[in-house]
Amino acid sequence: MNLYSLWLPGAFLLVMLTSRFQTIGEDRRTSPIAKVDTLPTHFGFGRPATAAEIARLDIDVRPDGKGLPAGEGQVLTGKQIFAAKCAACHGTGGVDGPNGSLVTTTNPGRKRPEKTIGNYWPYATTVFDYIRRAMPFSQPGSLTNDEVYHLTAYLLQANGIIDEKTVINAQTLPRVVMPAQKLFVPDDRKGGSEIK
Amino acid sequence: MTKKRIQLEQITGRLSRRAMLGGAATAVVALVQTASGKTIQQGVSISELLPDDPTKQIGTLAGEVGTRSAFEKVVKKPSDISSRSPLQDFYGIITPSDLHFERHHAGVPAIDPAKHELLIHGLVDKPLVFTVEDLKRFPSVSRIAFLECSGNFRSGKETMSPQDICGLTSQSEWTGVKLSTLFREAGVKSNATWFLAEGSDAAVMTRSIPVKKGWDDAIVAYAQNGEALRPEQGYPVRLFLPGWEGNTSVKWLRRIELSDQPFMTREETSKYTEPIKGAEPVRRSDGPGKYRQFSFDIDARSIITFPAYPKTVEKGWIEIRGIAWSGRGKVARVEVSTDAGKSWQLATLQEPILDKAHTAFRYVWNWNGVETEILSRVTDETGYLQPTLNQLFAARGDTISYHFNPITAWRIKSDGSVLFKPEP
Repeated sequence: MNLYSLWLPGAFLLVMLTSRFQTIGEDRRTSPIAKVDTLPTHFGFGRPATAAEIARLDIDVRPDGKGLPAGEGQVLTGKQIFAAKCAACHGTGGVDGPNGSLVTTTNPGRKRPEKTIGNYWPYATTVFDYIRRAMPFSQPGSLTNDEVYHLTAYLLQANGIIDEKTVINAQTLPRVVMPAQKLFVPDDRKGGSEIK
Repeated sequence: MTKKRIQLEQITGRLSRRAMLGGAATAVVALVQTASGKTIQQGVSISELLPDDPTKQIGTLAGEVGTRSAFEKVVKKPSDISSRSPLQDFYGIITPSDLHFERHHAGVPAIDPAKHELLIHGLVDKPLVFTVEDLKRFPSVSRIAFLECSGNFRSGKETMSPQDICGLTSQSEWTGVKLSTLFREAGVKSNATWFLAEGSDAAVMTRSIPVKKGWDDAIVAYAQNGEALRPEQGYPVRLFLPGWEGNTSVKWLRRIELSDQPFMTREETSKYTEPIKGAEPVRRSDGPGKYRQFSFDIDARSIITFPAYPKTVEKGWIEIRGIAWSGRGKVARVEVSTDAGKSWQLATLQEPILDKAHTAFRYVWNWNGVETEILSRVTDETGYLQPTLNQLFAARGDTISYHFNPITAWRIKSDGSVLFKPEP
C-alpha cells in the first residue's frame, strides 16, 4: 500500500472531522451542553424518611415549646441530680465550677459579672434542649427526659427566675420569661464603611 | 543493607512529628535487623539516615502515601477545645488538610460512612434520608473559600505568632452538593424561613440558619482539597456556609430541619453572641449592655504572616507577606504601612482573588535597620476598611469577644527580632 492510496480516505476523514468539530463548536455557542433549566427538580436519590426515624432524631426544642416531651421536673429533685451529676464541673450550686458558673451571683471581686443562665440566656427552652443533647459532658445523652426537666427547674430556680414550687413541663417552660431576652438584638452589620 | 535503608527512610516522614517532639537526637524509631537476624526497634537520628551526597545513593522507592519532609516542623497548636493553624508557615492560599484548624465542642466523633445518613425534614413536602453515597450522586460543586471561627482573636503579649493571634482560620477547596439541590429534592415549603443544622458529635451541635443562605450558596460538603473530608473537618459530611462564622458550618451533619422560626440553640444564644453599643455606652462597669445575635458574616481582615514572631529579619530587602479575606465578597485592596501607620502603600494581590477567600498579598520593602512597626489593612468590595482595636472597642465596648478583626501590628526591633504589638 503506497501513500497515495491513503490520501483520498484520509482527506475525506479530515473533512468529516473538521465539520464535526465546527458543528460542536456552534452548538456550544448557541446552546450550552448542560443547561441549568434542563436539570430535573427531583433526581429521585435518597429514600422517604419514616415518622419513626424522624421522631428518633428530632430532639430539638423551640422557644414556643415545640419539641418538648412528656414529663415534668421539680426544683428539689433537680438540686439532688445537679449535686450528683453536674457540680463537679459547674460548682456547688452552679457557681465557680471549673467549666464556668451557671448561676448568677453578686461577686464584687469580679471585674464584670460572669455570663450565666440567669443573666445571659434569652430562652428557658434552650436550657432543656442543651442539657438533653449534650450533658453531662462525660456521659452525653444519658439523662432521662424527667431528669432534664428536674435540672431545668433547679437551674431556673437557683437563678431566681422561678420559685421552688413551680413545676416545669411542656406547658410551663415556654412561658418562663428570661431576664436576658430583652438584651439581644439581631445583627445589623451590612459591610460598607461603618464599623459596628 | 539497601533494603534496611529503604525501610528506614520510608518511615522518616511518617514518624517525623514524633521525632520532632522527641527532639533532634532521635529522628525515627525504626525496625532494624541485627547481625543475628533478629528485628528490633531502634532510635535513629536524622543525620544517620542522610547520605553525604544524595546523588550517590538510590532514593526511597515509590510509596502509597506521600510524606512531609522530616525537616519541616509544621504543626497545629492544640488546646482542649481547638487547634490553631500555623499561618506563619504557609505558602499560597490553600491550607494543607492536616493543618486546617480544629474547633469542636465534644471531640472528633468516629463515624462509619456506610452507616451515616442525613435526614431532611420539617417544612418540606417529602422528608428524605440520604446516605453519603446518595449525596455523591447529585450534581456536585467545588469552591475555594476560607473557614474562620468567629472567636479568632487572641492578644495580650508580644511573643505571639500569627498562629497564636488568629490561627482559627484556614482555607480549602470544598466539594459537595449544593444545599439548594437537596432543598428542591425534598420540596422546601414557602413558609420555611430557617433551618436547623445538627451534627452527629457528642455535643449534637446545632445552629439555626436562614433558609436564604441554603438557597444562595450553602454546600453539603463531603470532600476537602481533593479527598474525603478529614474527621476533624466533619467526615463524612458537613455543612459549608461560605463567608459565615465557622460554627455555622456544622460538621458531621446528620439532620436538617426546616422551620418558620429560629430554634435558639445554646450556640446562638449563650455563645457566639457579642456585646455591642446599645442605647448607652458599653463599659465593663456597666454590666450587660446589648448583645448582637446571629452575627453570621465574617468582617474583612488581614494579617502579615511574614515577618512575624518568632521569625527574625535582616536589614535590606524584605518581602512582607500575608493573607486578607472578607466574608462579604472579594478583597478589593490591601495596604501596608512600614512606619507604624503614618503612611500606607498598596500591596500586590496574588491571583486568584476569590469571593470569600483568603487572598495572598505582598509588599517588597527595603528596611534601613531602624526600629519600626509594620501593619496591614484590607478593604473589601463593600468598602469596609479593617478597623483598629480601638475602633472595635468604641463600637462594641471594651470587651474582646466574637468577630474581633483588628489591624495587627508587628514591631521590628533594630536587632531584627519581630514582636507582636498587642494594641496599635
